[in-house]
Amino acid sequence: MEKKNITIYVKVWRQEDANTKGRFQTYTVEDVNPDMSFLEMLDVLNENLIKNDDIPIEFDNDCREGICGMCGVVINGTAHGPKSGTTTCEVRMRQFKDGQTILVEPWRARPFPVIKDLVVDRTAFDRIMSKGGYISVRTGGVPEARSILVPKENADQAMDMAACIGCGACVAACPNASAALFVGAKVSHLGLLPQGRPEAKRRVDRMVVQMDEEGFGACSNHGECEAVCPKEISITAIARMRREFLKAAVG
Amino acid sequence: MKLDSKVPSGPLAEKWDKHRFDMKVVNPKNKRKFTIIVVGTGLAGASAAASLGELGYKVKNFCIQDSPRRAHSIAAQGGINAAKNYQNDGDSIWRLFYDTIKGGDYRAREANVYRLAQVSNNIIDQAVAQGVPFAREYGGLFANRSFGGALVSRTFYARGQTGQQLLLGAYSALMRQVDEGRVDLYPRREMVDLVLIDGKARGIITRNLVTGEYESHVGDAVVLGTGGYGTAYYLSTLAVNSNASAVWRAHKKGALFGNPCYVQIHPTCIPRSGDYQSKLTLMSESLRNDGRVWVPKKAGDKRHPNDIPEEERDYYLERKYPTFGNMVPRDVASRNAKAVCDEGRGVGETGLAVYLDFRDAIKDFGRKTIEERYGNLFDMYKEITDEDAYEVPMRIYPAVHYTMGGLWVDYNLMSTIPGLHVIGEANFSDHGANRLGASALMQGLSDGYFVLPYTIGNYLGGTELPKVSEDHEAFKEASNEAKARYDKLLSIKGNKTVKEFHKELGEILWNKVGMARNEKGLKEALEMIPKLREEFWQNVKVAGRPDSLNKNLEFAGRVADYMELAELMAKDALHRTESCGGHFREESQTEEGEALRDDENFSYVAAWEFKKLGEWELHKEPLVFENVTPTQRSYK
Ligand SMILES: Cc1cc2nc3c(=O)[nH]c(=O)nc-3n(C[C@H](O)[C@H](O)[C@H](O)COP(=O)(O)OP(=O)(O)OC[C@H]3O[C@@H](n4cnc5c(N)ncnc54)[C@H](O)[C@@H]3O)c2cc1C
Ligand code: FES
Repeated sequence: MEKKNITIYVKVWRQEDANTKGRFQTYTVEDVNPDMSFLEMLDVLNENLIKNDDIPIEFDNDCREGICGMCGVVINGTAHGPKSGTTTCEVRMRQFKDGQTILVEPWRARPFPVIKDLVVDRTAFDRIMSKGGYISVRTGGVPEARSILVPKENADQAMDMAACIGCGACVAACPNASAALFVGAKVSHLGLLPQGRPEAKRRVDRMVVQMDEEGFGACSNHGECEAVCPKEISITAIARMRREFLKAAVG
Repeated sequence: MKLDSKVPSGPLAEKWDKHRFDMKVVNPKNKRKFTIIVVGTGLAGASAAASLGELGYKVKNFCIQDSPRRAHSIAAQGGINAAKNYQNDGDSIWRLFYDTIKGGDYRAREANVYRLAQVSNNIIDQAVAQGVPFAREYGGLFANRSFGGALVSRTFYARGQTGQQLLLGAYSALMRQVDEGRVDLYPRREMVDLVLIDGKARGIITRNLVTGEYESHVGDAVVLGTGGYGTAYYLSTLAVNSNASAVWRAHKKGALFGNPCYVQIHPTCIPRSGDYQSKLTLMSESLRNDGRVWVPKKAGDKRHPNDIPEEERDYYLERKYPTFGNMVPRDVASRNAKAVCDEGRGVGETGLAVYLDFRDAIKDFGRKTIEERYGNLFDMYKEITDEDAYEVPMRIYPAVHYTMGGLWVDYNLMSTIPGLHVIGEANFSDHGANRLGASALMQGLSDGYFVLPYTIGNYLGGTELPKVSEDHEAFKEASNEAKARYDKLLSIKGNKTVKEFHKELGEILWNKVGMARNEKGLKEALEMIPKLREEFWQNVKVAGRPDSLNKNLEFAGRVADYMELAELMAKDALHRTESCGGHFREESQTEEGEALRDDENFSYVAAWEFKKLGEWELHKEPLVFENVTPTQRSYK
């Protein structure tokens, strides 16, 4: 089946650095193969810009297969684009129509300042993780793997939660810029496993404090986070985090 | 220069224990006084940085991405091997050792591979304790699967995201050390040079990728866990920021490069489709557990695959290798795919693909089971190709995936530069001429958690390391040199983009230093690469400014280094006139077209010393086999 190439107009956010004001600029990309990925379309645009002595658009990406969490832009108003359960790098041009204008913006959230164009600083996530996103074990000083039995359901649910790629789409989509889904996913992943129970209280406590300190907003149950999460992490993660947090508060 | 592998004496199974006892131990109180620079936060780098921090060393840890959790290791899908024998199918440390050394076509060091097999079990224990959610059965015990080159089920997996989960485990241990103040993280930094003082590795120069500044970092030892060089080929399954610059800089400062021509071409990737393509996507090898590989018997058969009757299909792997069938090692599977395509029996629009068919597996186990096993892979395939692999067979073709070559290291994982240690895919060590599936994750974590943290103590405890500072001449010189190199790239303002050059280089490598190599092609490559390099330095066009985030400039630096490394890859491939593992010299094959080794002349590690651009001296580390007898590999 022959597919026809299309023309796309990209209206994209350009910003020199954190301290400079940004603006939208529109570019035309012709001859876009519908099988191209969205990022490959940006590659083609950038090649054109370079050839015309212009400055290419900066955007983060690495694995280009939806697992590293490095990519992430808002496409036509939705974090990671229109299709649910995918990252920006998994967006394919066949999702767009010939002649369509695509609006491309960076994550917009106070804790994620823009570095340049579509690239933002997400190190706040690492700082939250450093406060408790782990089980405190030393290299080598651990029991034999089989001595810890994990019911299949728990292992599966923990895996669902551990699938978070730390891309930050949940924060970008939330009207309050809350990181509750991100933190909830880690708290749930580790809390669902017997290995993670001993530290459950301290973990949630410290992670939540850091989340607040970084300037992430409170969760008011909009559910936008779940809708854009490329790994389809369920909002039940947030409920679980709340339960753990209450336990931590009263315990 | 004499290469000393420092393999301890004594029986194979006792070497590592004995060595651990013999090594110097740094007094715990003194550990704080040592700073260790760890470049890379993949499985190797993150596990090393975390473990060294735990031991009490001061660690500085660097990566290119915005967070250590995003290192390329995250993309590994299939699994990690260990000799636990949980399935009671006859596995053992010895069998894992044997499979690995045989899989590598007898081009690895026995002692290293044995240690790897020994340590494999500790890795699983460690990961489980960290909360890695490996697949479980209903009884709460582990589910395992098998991978190419093995007849036992020894592979542990976490859905299709094993690399991600193992990396998140290592990352979590790392972040705990960050919180404790033992590890300082430096994300969005690229190591652009290694600094030697009195012949020892004493620091690195990094380019801050946000500000463009050149920064000096002093340490008592340097560890590179910077991954492989598959992106030299432009198209590969690697993450696009993967690069060889760190190891290449070290090589130019004196670290020998081992077996640069050993490249793994993975058999199950989504075929190329267009010119715009930026990378190739791997379909995990675990698919070969249930998928059957075939092409039409007739050349040029353009029928829809579902219309081709059973008797007109050639399940060529099952036909040629009845014992291993679809589970032959990667190099064998890749070469056979190329062979049937060369015969004109390839499928799809380009004719450069073979089918991987799940029809029978779905019939036998039901669609639900197949969905459970590979659901995410089928989804990914659909996203990319717009085809439903539950209904039509997948199309697959080999793609560059892993590099067995890398900086030469001894048993202690130290390179030929004192103090410079190399771990994970960046070193050459354990996989010989071909890596078995699920063994890279094992090696990265073995190096980082369980080997380097001990062996580096031996170096630090037994070496005179006078205090130095960033003001030392050597740092200034290296920093100025790096700056001059990047400024030069920006100043050329030629007519061809970095990507155009990279693609051109990749084409040369793929065609002439790819799945099948011959003298004529390699000689051509050796003429073409220096020419292309020369053109690059005269005609490349790099956009933007030096003093801000500028990915085009970053890529220019990496491609510049690949222009040099590519020549060495071709040179190594030309000198090794035998075939072994992933290195297939057309001149050296058996009657049945299998790789034919020449043990008499080539049972050595080729370690290349950089003399000047385009000129290297070859050193040989003989490989001695005391415990296994190299045989012609057979997977019949
Ligand atoms: C798609 C895919 C699937 C795979 N699946 C499997 C599998 O199922 N099982 C298996 O065993 N293996 C698998 N592999 C192989 C395995 O993933 C890799 O070999 C392994 O993860 C490499 O780990 P590493 O720590 O050595 O390096 P990487 O994970 O590549 O990490 C490199 C690190 O170095 C940093 N770095 C690089 N250069 C510089 C520089 N100049 N300055 C600063 N930092 C730098 C990077 O930022 C990164 O942090 C797969 C590989 C691919 C491509
Ligand atoms: S680039 Fe890795 S998730 Fe998109």
